[in-house]
Amino acid sequence: MNESFSLRAVPFRNRVFVASGTFGYGDEVAELVDLDELGGILTKSLSLKPRDGNPPPRITETASGMLNSIGLANIGVHKFIAEKIPKLESYSCAVIANIAASSVEEYCSVLELLDPLKRVDGFEINVSCPNVKEGGLSFGTDLAKVALITKELRKRTQKPLIIKLTPNVTHISEFARAAEAEGADAVSVINTLIGMAVNINTRKPRISTTTGGLSGPAIKPVALAKVYEVHKSVKIPIIGVGGISTWEDAVEFFLVGASAVQVGTANFINPAIGIGIAKGIAQYCERNSIDDVAELVGSLRADTKLSVIQSWL
Amino acid sequence: MIQEHCRIQSVEEIAPNIFELSFVSQAISAQVLPGQFVNIRVEDSLLPLLRRPFSLFSVDAPVVSIIFNAIGIGTKLLSQKKPGGTLDIIGPLGNGVFPLDDEGFATALLVAGGLGVASFPFLTSRLSETRNILTFVGARTTSNVIRIGLKNIQIATDDGSEGFHGTVVELFKAFINEQSVPTPRIYSCGPMPMMRAVAQIAKEKNIPCYVALECEMACGIGLCQGCPVESTMDDKKYNLVCKDGPVFEARKVNF
Repeated sequence: MNESFSLRAVPFRNRVFVASGTFGYGDEVAELVDLDELGGILTKSLSLKPRDGNPPPRITETASGMLNSIGLANIGVHKFIAEKIPKLESYSCAVIANIAASSVEEYCSVLELLDPLKRVDGFEINVSCPNVKEGGLSFGTDLAKVALITKELRKRTQKPLIIKLTPNVTHISEFARAAEAEGADAVSVINTLIGMAVNINTRKPRISTTTGGLSGPAIKPVALAKVYEVHKSVKIPIIGVGGISTWEDAVEFFLVGASAVQVGTANFINPAIGIGIAKGIAQYCERNSIDDVAELVGSLRADTKLSVIQSWL
Repeated sequence: MIQEHCRIQSVEEIAPNIFELSFVSQAISAQVLPGQFVNIRVEDSLLPLLRRPFSLFSVDAPVVSIIFNAIGIGTKLLSQKKPGGTLDIIGPLGNGVFPLDDEGFATALLVAGGLGVASFPFLTSRLSETRNILTFVGARTTSNVIRIGLKNIQIATDDGSEGFHGTVVELFKAFINEQSVPTPRIYSCGPMPMMRAVAQIAKEKNIPCYVALECEMACGIGLCQGCPVESTMDDKKYNLVCKDGPVFEARKVNF
């Protein structure tokens, strides 16, 4: 059974990745998780300079999910190169550097610093953070900006270039097409949804920035629908992300068109869950005589009538 | 740091709506230091989705316990757990712990507000026998006062039903103004305004002070960056309660 996956000839052991911002830089959880059993690690978003992040409170639990407003707190690309890359040398799993920036130039500068490093296998570009004033969503919801950022970064790297899209737009497929047209190798679908929660006793928002990014199982149906939409619009691989907590969730994403998946919020509850999900996918394939996980991708039988009972139960 | 399914040994209501839950973990009981915490998956459910962090109340290998007020969805479910069941627990967590054996202090002043007292019995048990320990406990009313495992307790209650009628900060301030204690060190845990006040007293009296902070957390291990506390130091604006704390030198916390 073949679990592997590749982008631009960069091989990944399997199709289960850990999402940016939910796994630090990998080394923090090495005590609990065998990193080498993952398809790859998406780093915490890296910016040119370190970012403090937003004031507390930054997170709150909601029904089947959580809201966050971390604000891209990160150590900055220079410290990442100096301190984290050497630690990652002891592992063989793929490392995709996630980049966040507040200008096109900053995206380019960060990528250019990381591109020569052997330990960095590719890039995921965060144009969709809802929690920062500059950059973030103002890029991700602007078609021309997404196209420009993709174009400029494509010129600067031969490594896999993945654009992480926001669901906070009317038609996410337009953004996927723009990324594809400018040379992206894949799109990650989706980043968090803008959400809000209120404390009725204090009449205050539960997080400091009033609104934040909703993640967790609550957003899985939205993410699936967005992957399904994008799958009908582009030829490049889609990395499905949004509320995946079980191998069954991951299989759903494959069926609607994702070539790989990222596990996010579920890492906070069980840091080793990505490995369990990869194993579950492999066992599902073996039980169903599927030789390659690729066979599942986009194999949804949407043309078949569902019985009401079947779809409900 | 380990992740383990631990057997629940007992769940007891030790005060009105305050529960002590004990569980068995050889590894956690062997490793844990005063001030560290465990992150508990209350149920394998979507709500509560996230783990719940608790400092350790008592450690008697291989049994450890936590105490909590059953006020939220997580703690209400925990209060209903039955002995023999299991809990998925990650711990011990936190790098900032209560310092025990630094030279140059003879008197430990423990100042707790409400269930901030939770980590003090374990701290008391680990402070060297040669230390003089004085404990100040504040509670809403006498029935809420937790005394288990504490030494030389002075009590303050909001309603005056026991001890000093007022806050633990007022009680502690009066004590420190009137008594001279040899080379003291303050350990404090409770609501933020209370710790802010204790830290202020410590600053005025030039007494080393350590505070154990609490914060809503998602992961407990530094992955989510969700539990910042503002720092007074120049090197970084925020520390994380989970990873850099939960115990901090009070002078390094911008209350």
